[in-house]
Amino acid sequence: MNAPKTFPLNAWYAAAWSHEIAPELSARKICGKDVVLYRRTDGLVAALEDACWHRLVPLSLGHLKGDDVMCGYHGLVFNSAGRCSYMPAQKTINPSACVRTYPVAERHRLVWLWPGDPALADPAKIPDFHWNDGTEWVGDGGTFYQLKCDYRLVVDNLMDLTHETYVHAGSIGDEAITAAPFDVTHTDNTATMTRWMMDIDPPPFWGRQLARPGRVDRWQIVTFQAPSIVVGDVGVALTNTGAPQGDRSHGVSGAFLAAISPETETTCHYFWNFVRNYRKDDAQLTSELQLAHVNGGAGVYDQDHRVLEAQQAAIDKNPRSPFYDLNIDAGALWARRLIDRMMANEHAPVIADVAAE
Amino acid sequence: MAKPTEPISACLRATRDLTPDVRLFEIEPDSPLVNLGPGSHIDVLVPTDGRPQLRSYSLAGSCADGLYRIAVKRLASSRGGSIGMWRLKAGERLTIFKPKNSFELSYDRPDYLLLAGGIGITPIYTMALALKQAGANFRLLYAARTRRDLAFADELATSIGERLQLFVSEEGQRIDIGGEIAQLDARGELYVCGPFGMLEAAKQLWSQSGRPAAHLRYETFGNAGRLAGAPFKIRVPRLGLEIDVPVNRSMLEALEDAGVDMIFGCRRGECGLCVLPILEASAEVDHRDVFFSIEERAMNSRICTCVSRAASGFLTIDTPDRTPNQRLSQRLSVQAGGLHKIRE
Repeated sequence: MNAPKTFPLNAWYAAAWSHEIAPELSARKICGKDVVLYRRTDGLVAALEDACWHRLVPLSLGHLKGDDVMCGYHGLVFNSAGRCSYMPAQKTINPSACVRTYPVAERHRLVWLWPGDPALADPAKIPDFHWNDGTEWVGDGGTFYQLKCDYRLVVDNLMDLTHETYVHAGSIGDEAITAAPFDVTHTDNTATMTRWMMDIDPPPFWGRQLARPGRVDRWQIVTFQAPSIVVGDVGVALTNTGAPQGDRSHGVSGAFLAAISPETETTCHYFWNFVRNYRKDDAQLTSELQLAHVNGGAGVYDQDHRVLEAQQAAIDKNPRSPFYDLNIDAGALWARRLIDRMMANEHAPVIADVAAE
Repeated sequence: MAKPTEPISACLRATRDLTPDVRLFEIEPDSPLVNLGPGSHIDVLVPTDGRPQLRSYSLAGSCADGLYRIAVKRLASSRGGSIGMWRLKAGERLTIFKPKNSFELSYDRPDYLLLAGGIGITPIYTMALALKQAGANFRLLYAARTRRDLAFADELATSIGERLQLFVSEEGQRIDIGGEIAQLDARGELYVCGPFGMLEAAKQLWSQSGRPAAHLRYETFGNAGRLAGAPFKIRVPRLGLEIDVPVNRSMLEALEDAGVDMIFGCRRGECGLCVLPILEASAEVDHRDVFFSIEERAMNSRICTCVSRAASGFLTIDTPDRTPNQRLSQRLSVQAGGLHKIRE
């Protein structure tokens, strides 16, 4: 019996940071597909199935010969289009010998990969992640590779920030979050949770960022782009200076960015960044903000990491137990609805199992 | 056929004649349809007069409605598969196997040339529709003997318009394959499916053009050669055997039928595992494989037994069997009480 799918295949998923992909072989698993990534001499990224046609040995254990990959076992060579260009001990090449290639594109400092039907891979569908470009907004993020949880648990986590009060007490957590009303809206491919906390004392983290005395209005406007992107527009401004109306000049704005790519049904790669549009040249602040998020277990994302992996472990132990929902889950439930819809569209009326072999 | 997939029971929903000798079969699998994209094929267990035979057929069209479509050309001289298929009636049950794709289409090339001859249009038709949908730059050159033999031509004209060019050999029209290759973008791919001569010409011209061999894409099920299929005999002196190869059996099958232990892989002339040395040939050898290079074929010292044949007469071959002191005929007659095709 097959477990129900948890992710659509016809979507662009972040597979690596652009700076991680050099002219050398890098292995990744995305949506259950083992992939080898490398940068070609023309600067473009290639993505091949990470299994030699001949005996399935991972090509990532071989080496790069120019733009081609040589299997480290028997020396078969595949070009970046996945076509075999050399076979040992024969004068011809078996025309069947190919490895799958995956559409890839670089945008917003990330390498995006399309694990599904290549005919449908339209680069115009790459998620809007422009906050990560490093121009208008700045910040140094990172990746939790092989985070041991279903990627949807990360989406749940980010679409409901009441958890900050309990998981991130002392930094961004605040009782005001649970007290403030919120609003959830959606389109056919996005869901947005908006929460304004009016006239509050800033939580410690935001107080330091604002570095001005006084009470603040705090906002969290978190948008999910199906199936796996979450961008949170967050910040504080001195209260009564018009921030809810759109004037943020008396405050500080940041954005948390999450591209969460399923690795398997129960693991994911979580590409994150926290960017800001203030004190953009302050390298020390950039470094501090990175450490505030991930710092050997002490950062806020380290705190999430622990909760998420413990949650997945509990789900695994109680496979038949349902989740019960609270009103705070509306954003997450809309996100899951959109994911479910993508998966349903993908499977009707045919199983588009393009990688079945 | 190297790695057989699971058998799937299916129902022949309908048939439709595309040309006087090409019939479209619409097959509905009992289990959910698996779509491996353009270039994929299914194996069908074809009922024939003897035992059912496994045949590979390219899938035609997108399968989006849950049906596998294959087009089968009726060939009097075939190994029996096409006749068996043509006898099937709508509503009959049949056994197929999960699709495989060893002729996969890429989508990232700046330019494509598709070349089809006769029934070879089946996978190429599917590719053309997919490239059109993907907005790719491509041309399809499609040749057939007569105008009536142009299966799928109307559908293609409707969906891809001027990207399609038809060539009717009876009317003296020929594809200038070399000239067309020269016009293709240097990073482009050529996909070929057609008769043996077309593929041979394309391979030769592609090679002469200096383009990467890996960018010439083709698939062959090894069922046609330069010469028409005819019965012939195999002699295996080491085993003391003389075996008849009927027109509807391959050499490999005939050897297996006679009890000769054979190693094989693809059974379609690609891998070279079933190759045996030729000791003597009384007639021309029709090398139908894609394993040997042109030079190797010309030497005529080895043969790919799964697809290649002798034009007639005798082909004397050797086997790797080094079992001491026993002629195979004696061993077999002890085991099986004698086999019809074996004579001393």
